[in-house]
Amino acid sequence: MKRKTGLGSMVFDTFNVLVMLVLIIVMLYPMVYVFSASISDDAMVSSGQVLLLPKGLTLHAYKTILNNPDVWISYWNTVRYTAVHTLFTLIVTAAMAYPLAKKWLPGRRTILLMAAFTMLFSGGMIPTFLVVQKLGLLNTIWAIVLPSLVNTWHLFIMRTFFEALPEELEDAATIDGCGPVQVLIRIVLPLSMPVMATIGLYTAVGQWNSFFDALIYLNDRSMYPLQIMLRNILIAGSTIEAESNASELQTLKYALIVVATLPILCVYPFIQKYFVQGTMIGGIKG
Amino acid sequence: MARTLFVLRKHKALYLLMLPGVLYYLIFKYVPMYGIIIAFQDYSVSRGILGSKFVGLRHFVEFFVNTPDSWKLIRNTIMLNVYDLLFHFPAPIVLALLFHELKIRWFKRIVQTISYMPHFLSTVVIAGIIVTFLSPSTGVINHLLVRWFGIEPIMFLGLPEWFRTIYVGSEIWQKVGWGTILYLAAIAGVDPTLYEAAKIDGANRFQQVRHITFVGMVPVMIILFVLNLGHFMEVGFQKILLLYNSMNYETSDVINTFVYRRGILDADFSFATAVGLFQSAVGFVLVVTANRIIRKFSDTSLW
Repeated sequence: MKRKTGLGSMVFDTFNVLVMLVLIIVMLYPMVYVFSASISDDAMVSSGQVLLLPKGLTLHAYKTILNNPDVWISYWNTVRYTAVHTLFTLIVTAAMAYPLAKKWLPGRRTILLMAAFTMLFSGGMIPTFLVVQKLGLLNTIWAIVLPSLVNTWHLFIMRTFFEALPEELEDAATIDGCGPVQVLIRIVLPLSMPVMATIGLYTAVGQWNSFFDALIYLNDRSMYPLQIMLRNILIAGSTIEAESNASELQTLKYALIVVATLPILCVYPFIQKYFVQGTMIGGIKG
Repeated sequence: MARTLFVLRKHKALYLLMLPGVLYYLIFKYVPMYGIIIAFQDYSVSRGILGSKFVGLRHFVEFFVNTPDSWKLIRNTIMLNVYDLLFHFPAPIVLALLFHELKIRWFKRIVQTISYMPHFLSTVVIAGIIVTFLSPSTGVINHLLVRWFGIEPIMFLGLPEWFRTIYVGSEIWQKVGWGTILYLAAIAGVDPTLYEAAKIDGANRFQQVRHITFVGMVPVMIILFVLNLGHFMEVGFQKILLLYNSMNYETSDVINTFVYRRGILDADFSFATAVGLFQSAVGFVLVVTANRIIRKFSDTSLW
């Protein structure tokens, strides 16, 4: 589209591009700095000689981290919590959303209202903690997976998606003698891959990044996920090795941030599409 | 009764499919709501909800009257939210308008992709970056301040007057880019003939932005505003939990962090539940009221 460009308009366009360049710098600088510092000499980092580009290249910090068994254990814990959580969430959410998409099903409204109400009001942190405790889930993987199993927002997104699928396909399968479960598995799910991918990715990234449930429900070191390990070292100030000094700890912290974030930033360019899609479906009133 | 049984049997498979999800809601959402009763009891784990003594509103009195910090907690919760609404809420609106006005498509795509990235960093990583960057002895921010402006290093996280700026500033840094997505979708949904009509009527570019693009974003703003109010009482409490320390409690300690300390760390279950109930009740009233007001004055509402 060609616009008649007045002077004011041109000034604005230039200004806009400048603002964007500043934005790029502001957004990227912390991430670039963290990476540079993680591969720099620790004395140079803490004395302030590293400001943007790495100096005194070394992989010392990474070697220390990779030689630490706690890092490996917490990494494995995060991977397994994320995988199990995502799998269970997808199964339970899809199984619940499918009947809720059937407008004629008696009782559907009651269950929808029951789910929607939890978005407005909740029992709160302590009563939920007590339930998890009473069920004997503390210090097990289930304390991480079960309390956040179904996200109401995601449930509604999935239901809206299922509702939009052509009914004829399902009817045809039913006439051929398929029960509802078979229809769901053979017809509905294969058609719902975009929404499944979006919600699966949301759940996975959310679980990978979460720390609070682990903080209150797990107190056994061997169960700690990566984020708790990170918190203890980055914020609570515990050291990764007994002999490391303050400046060495600094580069170790940066290297840990990189190690913990890399998987997500690596897949990010490929999954961005699904996330944007997810936000938009969520935006449509269900 | 017979009819209910008949319906249940007829659609047995569908109801069975829903069962795990329904159980989840009952056990992890509705049982805790029932558990709120302990806010009015002297709950002890060994005696349970049925056996614990009923004490009425004693814990609420304890919080509002006998806890010297209670007003500080409420004030901090409100102030962090007010700052967030003032600075963080408008930021993606402005950025979406600027994105929309970018002419060069590849440049627009790059800026967008970069601005979305911080959204994927975890709260712990963000807080970790803040803590290490702001360190008075080894942090890069203080190194830069010393080098460029010659100021003495500032102990940012030890000074209460800096906390709100750090909190809201990092919130904007992490979420502003991602926050534009919904607004850009709203802009994309604006009827293009409106722009044509405006041009014929002689509207210049800025008038078009103000009267068409901006107006197209209003429904999204309203929805997001009401949703924000829904989280008003919670604030970004997980980030606060990672950033606060006894030196900046004066501005950083909020209701939820207090509930965490008293409930989880001190195992003072009844008292913490009472404080938490106050918080959720206020949050509930806020959303319902906001939604009612909005429904009265516009076509957009949450329900």
